[in-house]
Amino acid sequence: MINYIIRRILYAIPILIGVNLLTFALFFVVNTPDNMARIHLGVKHVTPEAIMKWKHERGYDKPLMWNSAAQGAKQASDTIFFEKSVGMFAFDFGRSDEGRDIAHDIKTRMWPSLAIALPVFMVGLAVNITFAMLMAFFRATYIDLSGVVLCVAMMSVSGLFYIIGGQYLVSKLLHLTPISGFDAGSNALKFIILPVVIGVIGGIGSGARWYRTIFLEETSRDYVRTARAKGLSELSVLFGHVLKNAMIPILTGAVVVIPLLFMGSLISESFFGIPGLGSYTIDAINAQDFAVVRAMVFLGSVLYIVGLILTDISYTLVDPRIRLE
Amino acid sequence: MMLFKPVFLWTDMLLWLLLAGVAFYVWRVRLHEHLREPWRRLLRSRSGVASAVVLLAFVAVGVLDSLHFRLPLEKQGNGAETHYSPEVLSVFDLMVGPLRKQVEKTYSAPFASQLYTKETIELPGGKQVRDYPRLKFGGAHLREPAREQAGDVAVTALQGGVYALALCGGLTFMLALWLARRRSISPGAAWTMIRHGRDEIPWRTFLSTVGLLALFVCLATAFSAKYHIFGTDKVGQDVFYLALKSIRTGLMIGTLTTLVMLPFALLLGIMAGYFRGWVDDVIQYTYTTLSSIPGVLLIAAAVLILQVYMDSNQELFDTVAARADIRLLFLCVILGITSWTGLCRLLRGETLKVREMEFIQAATAFGVGHFRIIARHILPNVMHIVLISIVLDFSALVLAEAVLSYVGVGVDPSMQSWGNMINGARLEMAREPMVWWSLLAAFVFMFVLVLSANLFSDRVRDAFDPRVR
Repeated sequence: MINYIIRRILYAIPILIGVNLLTFALFFVVNTPDNMARIHLGVKHVTPEAIMKWKHERGYDKPLMWNSAAQGAKQASDTIFFEKSVGMFAFDFGRSDEGRDIAHDIKTRMWPSLAIALPVFMVGLAVNITFAMLMAFFRATYIDLSGVVLCVAMMSVSGLFYIIGGQYLVSKLLHLTPISGFDAGSNALKFIILPVVIGVIGGIGSGARWYRTIFLEETSRDYVRTARAKGLSELSVLFGHVLKNAMIPILTGAVVVIPLLFMGSLISESFFGIPGLGSYTIDAINAQDFAVVRAMVFLGSVLYIVGLILTDISYTLVDPRIRLE
Repeated sequence: MMLFKPVFLWTDMLLWLLLAGVAFYVWRVRLHEHLREPWRRLLRSRSGVASAVVLLAFVAVGVLDSLHFRLPLEKQGNGAETHYSPEVLSVFDLMVGPLRKQVEKTYSAPFASQLYTKETIELPGGKQVRDYPRLKFGGAHLREPAREQAGDVAVTALQGGVYALALCGGLTFMLALWLARRRSISPGAAWTMIRHGRDEIPWRTFLSTVGLLALFVCLATAFSAKYHIFGTDKVGQDVFYLALKSIRTGLMIGTLTTLVMLPFALLLGIMAGYFRGWVDDVIQYTYTTLSSIPGVLLIAAAVLILQVYMDSNQELFDTVAARADIRLLFLCVILGITSWTGLCRLLRGETLKVREMEFIQAATAFGVGHFRIIARHILPNVMHIVLISIVLDFSALVLAEAVLSYVGVGVDPSMQSWGNMINGARLEMAREPMVWWSLLAAFVFMFVLVLSANLFSDRVRDAFDPRVR
């Protein structure tokens, strides 16, 4: 088991190197530091001196990959690639183009993100599985059919409308919660409730329908027929056998997103004014702060790969047939 | 002098290429019974027929909106060179002429005959009052809107209803005649067959969907000549017109993305599954790397970079439309790059299965080359996966456009799209009194398109996936 995990982690390294090289190419080769400086200083009426100064302050005036002017090991290390990209492997994200410490920002901003994303994930999973079980229990009846129709209709509404509609109804008409904002400690609760509820509702359509398919696939298996043949009630078949066996495909989809919960949701965080990583990324995109976007791309990939490894490990926990060698 | 100067936008040409591809596919399907069978199964389901009709209506608007040209300006003096207007129009713009030209001053509510904001109006006597001024076009034919409007709306609705009824009647008649010829029965018998739903194709569903569409079109035509159905936006443009124009953007994102990514996914997926070994390793590494980057961030990064490029090379684009078009195309490419990995993985898995089958082994034993085996034996056997995933991706892509435009990395702000409409509506929602109609229009159009795409894709999966049968 330990051996397998170590091997998986080693296997992740080339992928991370690939991500790193790709982001480096996107941000420094396709789009040169000169272009970045012009975007920040204004496209017209900008002097070459101002560009040089801007680049120097952020360390973008060094050679890209290889510094032939330096001595010894500095030839490789005194470059943009080494300073801006290699450091990311040690989670050293450097400073944003505005001069803020990105690692510190990430540390403080991931908690509000998690405060929204984790409840959305947990409650959403529970709600979706409950609805899916209901539909599977009443399969091929009008309850099931109308459930599916409702799911398809809910899937067809853009997530933006759930947020706008929810904010309008709950905050503006009923005045139940504040429209947006965030607070520390237990005061945060009133700000969290609405985004969580909307997040859960927005996910029901696709989630419940997907789990329903999984449950229906399981109910057509032989062991279900055996369980019914030995006289078990439909409810105990569903909970005792189908749910357990359906955990494997459910886990595939669910575990992989757990690490990504730290990244928060771009849309709902910016609508609700939550100071998390999602709104951090949106602000960076709008301010064209390339350093922050680069850091978030790398962080997101790391978390995704961690999620893949966690998925494999979780298989062994729910499925005794799988042994990781 | 020419009457107009055609404008060939990149996305237009790709759309026509795509249509040519679809036409080629349809021609092939007509020839081969085994290709025709799944489509027949699709057309036998009621939700399949209904969603197909609605999708076709959207596609028709999108295609008409993809024939672009520029009209000449007024000639100045004799022999002078003809100059063309910088405004790029489409055939669709001409068809809905009044919608495009009836521009008010600023916000006005749906079916309103007055502006939404008070202004100082000068009375004939020289006195000034603050009141809601009358609109230039909406309800302009009414003398006393408060009294006459209800009656006028009822009469116009009745007119539209009568047109729709006539249209539907004509269509039903033609359908009965056509069916009678095809099935070689009398028209009366064909009509009974349609009415009782005895044919294998659910004609009743077809007719009622077409009827609803016709009713909508007739009402919209009747009303939009006199009123603004969905009101007007901040600069006084008709919101209904903007929502209709957004159809093209949504369709482009939904279809061109797939067109762009398809060659990569097909080639690499089949190669990985067929050759295995180091080819497989390299391709798997590529798509794992790409898919581990969060999609929105990769798109954001790429669009930021495109913006920088376009800002520093402004001379490349002669019209605003060309500029917006390149951005749309690039967005499709980037969306394609982030979404091809899923299809590639599926194709690799399926190819791994297919290549072990006896007929492939027989082909190898006969000494058929790799290329021919892939093209003639493997490709046709994985095409159902391609078709299912194209249709499944469509609705997700239409929804993604709205989110990306909201984040600020979507289509060009000058391009009409539902995402831009929603984005603008955010500020309008905060106004007091609220401006809700552009949000409503975007919601209705997106919902209908995505819902019918979702229903259609469900039926396509049922008809084509061998596991479901």
